[in-house]
Amino acid sequence: MTVAVWDALRREPLRFPFTAWPLRCWAFLLSGTVLGFSLFAVLAVLIVGGVGSSFLGIGLVILLAVAVSGIPVAALERRRLRIVEPERLPSPHGALPGAGIMSRLRTRLRERATWRELGYTLLWAVVFTAAGFGFTALLGMSLILVATPVIVWALSPETVMLIPGRAVSGPVEALGGTAAGLLGLLLAVYAGALLTGAQVSTARFLLSAREEGAQIIELTRSRARLLDAFEAERHRIERDLHDGAQQQLVALSMTLGLAELELRGQDSPAVPLLARAKGEARQALDQLRDLVRDIHPQVLADHGLPAAVAELALRNPIPVTVDLDVPNRLPASVETTAYFTLTEALTNASKHSGAGRISVEGRVRGGVFVLLVTDDGRGGADPAAGAGLQGLADRLAIVKGRLIVSSPPGGPTRLRVEVPCSA
Amino acid sequence: MLRVVLAEDAVLLRAGLVELLSRVGHKVTSAVGDAGELARAVDADQPDVVITDVRMPPGFRDEGLKAALDLRARHRGLPVLVLSQYVATAYATQLLGGAAPAEGGLGYLLKDRVGEVAEFLDALERVAGGATVIDPEVIRVLLRQQTADRPLQRLTPREREVLALMAEGLNNHSIAQRLTITEASVVKHCGNIFMKLDVDPTEGNRRVLAVLAHLRGEDVTA
Repeated sequence: MTVAVWDALRREPLRFPFTAWPLRCWAFLLSGTVLGFSLFAVLAVLIVGGVGSSFLGIGLVILLAVAVSGIPVAALERRRLRIVEPERLPSPHGALPGAGIMSRLRTRLRERATWRELGYTLLWAVVFTAAGFGFTALLGMSLILVATPVIVWALSPETVMLIPGRAVSGPVEALGGTAAGLLGLLLAVYAGALLTGAQVSTARFLLSAREEGAQIIELTRSRARLLDAFEAERHRIERDLHDGAQQQLVALSMTLGLAELELRGQDSPAVPLLARAKGEARQALDQLRDLVRDIHPQVLADHGLPAAVAELALRNPIPVTVDLDVPNRLPASVETTAYFTLTEALTNASKHSGAGRISVEGRVRGGVFVLLVTDDGRGGADPAAGAGLQGLADRLAIVKGRLIVSSPPGGPTRLRVEVPCSA
Repeated sequence: MLRVVLAEDAVLLRAGLVELLSRVGHKVTSAVGDAGELARAVDADQPDVVITDVRMPPGFRDEGLKAALDLRARHRGLPVLVLSQYVATAYATQLLGGAAPAEGGLGYLLKDRVGEVAEFLDALERVAGGATVIDPEVIRVLLRQQTADRPLQRLTPREREVLALMAEGLNNHSIAQRLTITEASVVKHCGNIFMKLDVDPTEGNRRVLAVLAHLRGEDVTA
């Protein structure tokens, strides 16, 4: 990856001062200096205060806040980098939808990215800010020098001294100052570009997802693509069965029905055979319909999750109470994930738990679809033992959801499924 | 003799249905393969009854059902029989609870039913005559729910039988024949059912609709 500003500088070093780049660099550096100095002040107060009161509990809390302060600062910096970079850096943090504040904090403190971000924050507050002050001074001095003829003219008859002890007599004589100022500005253009590039590289190094992180992101994406492909394939199979075998069987049973109609009233040995053939066609249709529904539930596509879940509940051998308070339509990936998860959960509960009843509860909270499945069975479900629960967890992981199983021996078994709706 | 407009995208089945209907003396004025053609055919033919598949081109979702609802909004009281591959009650309630006026016959049958030729033709005639007919399989699934807190548990086996036939769109007389009991006892059973389910026993579609809505535990008329 190249640094955009360095790239521009390398391509056309002489034209560089006359592009928008110097202004962008200056905006980046000056805003960075102001923010960095504020950061320095806040961190200094927090650290001194935290260490000073660390014998009290509050001091440790303050130091903990300092430890994670890099996260918001880095988020801000990733945005600010857009002044001089075409693309935003990806966040190195894993998504934690629906997690509580304590588990969020624990996870963040375990992530290396958090500590790299803290490092960047300290670097920014001290080194970049100091360099920023130097640069600001250079820029400010140069601008003043450029303007000396005007200043001399405006302040006359008072004397102006550029070099101590030597008064500048008039605006024309001050043109030497202007030349020096322009030279300074040119220096500020190139120094600003170098400084900006250095900061961008540092930010890249410390703030973006590391290679292994990027690979995980790509892996997740490819798994999501695979899931989509499976979904499309299921859809295609469902459609082929619906348009092909199902229609053929219906037509067959209709033909058999017509034959029966023709033979009505006749005492032919073919009559009971026809009835049997019709029964068999009927059974084949029933089985095919169940199969098709398991492959791709059309009611889910047409009517959404609440209708499809009501249907599942009706067919379940053990009574199910459903309490869904969700919008009729959710994103398709959420709908299918929730549906297949619930299918598996109901099958497990009905087959293995010995439960007498199952309750299903669904809500959307803070952009996360939360599904609770509770049964009053004997408990002891082990996610590691059965392929079913493991498969559910895998499937959920792809859409950045998660599965929490609580199943103490003696029951009850509670499944909590979370799927972010933005997935 | 009924004048029928038929919409079914599977060619084999469409041809079979045309043959079946003409064989028993009905006239298929148009046999079409998608929802748009269906609307045009109904406007042109003014049929006695429409038979349509739920799923049709161009989207292969529920175009046929939606077209049927649109048609009923434009042609007041047009009897429609919907053929479906889905047992899911959501489709039946979509048909019955649509914004269209509740008058005029309505039917929701599984496609398997066309194999039971006599039963299918009977259902078609009852729909054309203004009755509401729901497929027995759909009713069976609805009745199978055993949630203990549902008032359905309070029905006797005989009352359940009567309820299922009621949902199939049979009137008291036909129910009495089917169960070989007197019409008076059917009336008595109905009274008990409506009382136990707390359903308003109004006539026609509303009666079936109320029962369906109750079984699904929701208010479809709202």
